[in-house]
Amino acid sequence: MSTDLSQFRQTYIAECFELLADMEARLMELDVGAAGSEALNAIFRCAHSIKGGAGAFGLQEIGSLTHVMEALLDSLRDGRVAPSRASVDMLLKARDIVLQMVEAARDGVKVPENLGADIKAALQSAADGTPNASPSTLSLEDKPTPPQVTSEVHAPQSWRIGFTPYQTLFMTGNEPILILRELARLGQTVVTAFTGQVPTLSTLDPTRCYLSWIIILSTDKPESAIREVFEFVTDHCDLRLVNITLQTSGPVSEKLPEKKMDALPALPIVSCAPAAAPVTTAASPPAEDPVHAVPHVTSIRVDLEKVDRLVNMVGELVITEAMLHALMRDFTMDKLSGLLGGLSELSQHTRELQEAVMSVRMQPVHSVFARMPRLVRDLAAQLNKDIRLVMVGEATEVDKTVIEQLSDPLTHMIRNACDHGIETPAVRLEKGKSAQGTINLSAAHRGGRIVIEIRDDGAGIDRARVLAKARSKGLVATDAQPAEDEIDAMIFLPGFSTAEQVTNVSGRGVGMDVVKRNIAAMGGHVRISNTPGQGACMTVSLPLTLAILDGMIVRVGKELYIVPIANILETLRPTRADVRRLEQRGDVINVRGEFIPLVYLGQVFSVPNTHQDPAASLVILVESNQQRAGLVVDELVGQQQVVIKSLEANADPVRGVSGATILGDGRVSLILEISDLTLMRASTTAHAWAA
Amino acid sequence: MADPQQPLGETRQFLSFSVGKEEYAVDIMTIREIRGWTETTRLPGSPPYMRGVMNLRGLIIPIFDLRTRLQQGTTEVTPRHVVVILAVAARTVGLLVDAVSDILDISDEQIRPAPAEPREPGDSLGSSTDAAFIDGLLSLQGRMVVLLNVERLFDVRQIDKAVSQAA
Repeated sequence: MSTDLSQFRQTYIAECFELLADMEARLMELDVGAAGSEALNAIFRCAHSIKGGAGAFGLQEIGSLTHVMEALLDSLRDGRVAPSRASVDMLLKARDIVLQMVEAARDGVKVPENLGADIKAALQSAADGTPNASPSTLSLEDKPTPPQVTSEVHAPQSWRIGFTPYQTLFMTGNEPILILRELARLGQTVVTAFTGQVPTLSTLDPTRCYLSWIIILSTDKPESAIREVFEFVTDHCDLRLVNITLQTSGPVSEKLPEKKMDALPALPIVSCAPAAAPVTTAASPPAEDPVHAVPHVTSIRVDLEKVDRLVNMVGELVITEAMLHALMRDFTMDKLSGLLGGLSELSQHTRELQEAVMSVRMQPVHSVFARMPRLVRDLAAQLNKDIRLVMVGEATEVDKTVIEQLSDPLTHMIRNACDHGIETPAVRLEKGKSAQGTINLSAAHRGGRIVIEIRDDGAGIDRARVLAKARSKGLVATDAQPAEDEIDAMIFLPGFSTAEQVTNVSGRGVGMDVVKRNIAAMGGHVRISNTPGQGACMTVSLPLTLAILDGMIVRVGKELYIVPIANILETLRPTRADVRRLEQRGDVINVRGEFIPLVYLGQVFSVPNTHQDPAASLVILVESNQQRAGLVVDELVGQQQVVIKSLEANADPVRGVSGATILGDGRVSLILEISDLTLMRASTTAHAWAA
Repeated sequence: MADPQQPLGETRQFLSFSVGKEEYAVDIMTIREIRGWTETTRLPGSPPYMRGVMNLRGLIIPIFDLRTRLQQGTTEVTPRHVVVILAVAARTVGLLVDAVSDILDISDEQIRPAPAEPREPGDSLGSSTDAAFIDGLLSLQGRMVVLLNVERLFDVRQIDKAVSQAA
């Protein structure tokens, strides 16, 4: 059982991350307009779902914090507390702490004892901070409150709970024993199990639940607390809840979880202000064994439609395979056309299947974009600026691996735009702009790549300052007069930072060159366009997936290498007159008046038996990071989509090679890293000269 | 090939294989599978004992020539040569050997410690194996079997040392 539970725990934790992200996004929205009850309800639901699971998995600290968040949200919803920036800030801060707690729970570490204690107190006082206490609190048995909890406590009441799970209860990941334990925590329980539905052993299906229970519960907690225990199974069981203290009959109607979160007017005597619902988790002992470290599992959510498509295609594939088998069983030459047809069908299905599988990995960039409004909001507050973030194309899909690696560079560029780009309101007004600065963040598909743009209407890049800075740092010769776009590109140089003072927002000088390197590592590039005084725009272009690459297979000696098509400009067969040998600099080739250095792949990789004469072989012009080079190879074999395999999982990294792939004949072929090769050129050709 | 002396106490299993006239063995728990030789793809700039990489059901694994690693030249591969796939630390690697010979049940008492100093070439051991990657020696019916410590055999620092010594 414990292994099963830890599995559910992981699901819960993954869910928490989603809920917290959702909560953040909704809180951000709340900040802008007047708080609608729909938005508040949605935030409340997030908090409530987290709280529910926290109880079940013994994560008390999460439970109690989300509980006070609920309290404040409820006060906001009832209008007892007016929504304010302060309360939203408080909720955001609390959300961050819950996130920390969830992360700690995922990693199996203990959170500091008093983590979130102050925010909890602040939330509580904000929630209580109204003189007109809820009029609906007509508890007859208002007793002096016990010291430990701030919430109201009622006189013990007896409840008769009929709990009849549907047979499919287990399939939804629920476990009745946990519910019963949870109930026992609320007070005295007498549990009677009904085994009448249990079939004989031979027909028993262990994945089904055949038991039902009647629980007599004597508790001082309100009905809402009892219902909360059944929160996650309401749709999967028949639940009857009768207060037998009062002899009131009539089963309480099934309510949807959303409804239930509203005030509970159904039973007038026991109703209480939900804002002050008892802290069921705080006062109870831990339910499950303490957190133990669980391996980090990443998962993705996939549209059911995509999965259905996959299933269909696999079905097709199986049929085709069976057909081919049948054909081959007693094959004669007259069946050849059938065989060829089957094979072409097979390859078509395989290709479709590949596309479908890749599409499963495609996720909207929303998950990365969603973090940005918060970032901008916090930065704007920190920098005393007024910044609006406009996001476009959040639904644009890109491979999950790209999304994961996109977050850091994007965060950095947004930070830069806030810190260096957008001016303070006073400066903006002076320049005749609106006081509020705008950052546009957009994503779109363009030519098999995803293009992300970060455009701000701030000051732009001050070219004079950039140049002065680059000169003072010795990044550019003092007498050089670079062109405007060359100056703009200098912000990508390592060790460059123009911030007049190092702020803790950006400006440690590790910025843009790291961004550029990370993006280049993904096979992407970043460009900047700058209009001083009007703003700057960063354009990031990335491949849609990091798992598959369009490659050109080239032969060098007996070896086959893959050159990424994205890097190839053109291929040419030079005449001897096109190639010049430069002293100390290796060979260059004259391409329409431009001299481009040559890289002899055979030499760089010391492949035996290769052509040394460019005129007898082929030159592939490649470009990476605005560096061009001509790769000298023996032959172009063909163009193919290749699946990128990690070389470094088992072997040591090799310079000039980014990965490997497996060709049709099962042999391994290396994928070339063009940016490395353009740099390796100088040393190797010089070496070749000396030899 | 049963051992004439009944092993005493706890026994461990080793897989033995041959390179030239020498016999070596590794703990059988480190072995993933045994395959016939297939052509490898050379990795540029790799040391001479690394034959390149091959495809093991979608996994790219490096193949090491044990003969070269033991500084006894390069194996002239034929289809009869064998690659032993081993799990070493977190990596999966292949070891090119001449042939796989036997599975040995060995008790700890049968393992003799390796000589502390590397032997000179041409002495009774007849190999220049660095003692650092010998776990011990076995004498079986007059045969001498060298127990290899695969982790040390593929320890980068050890390899670098071996390379610099060879150079």
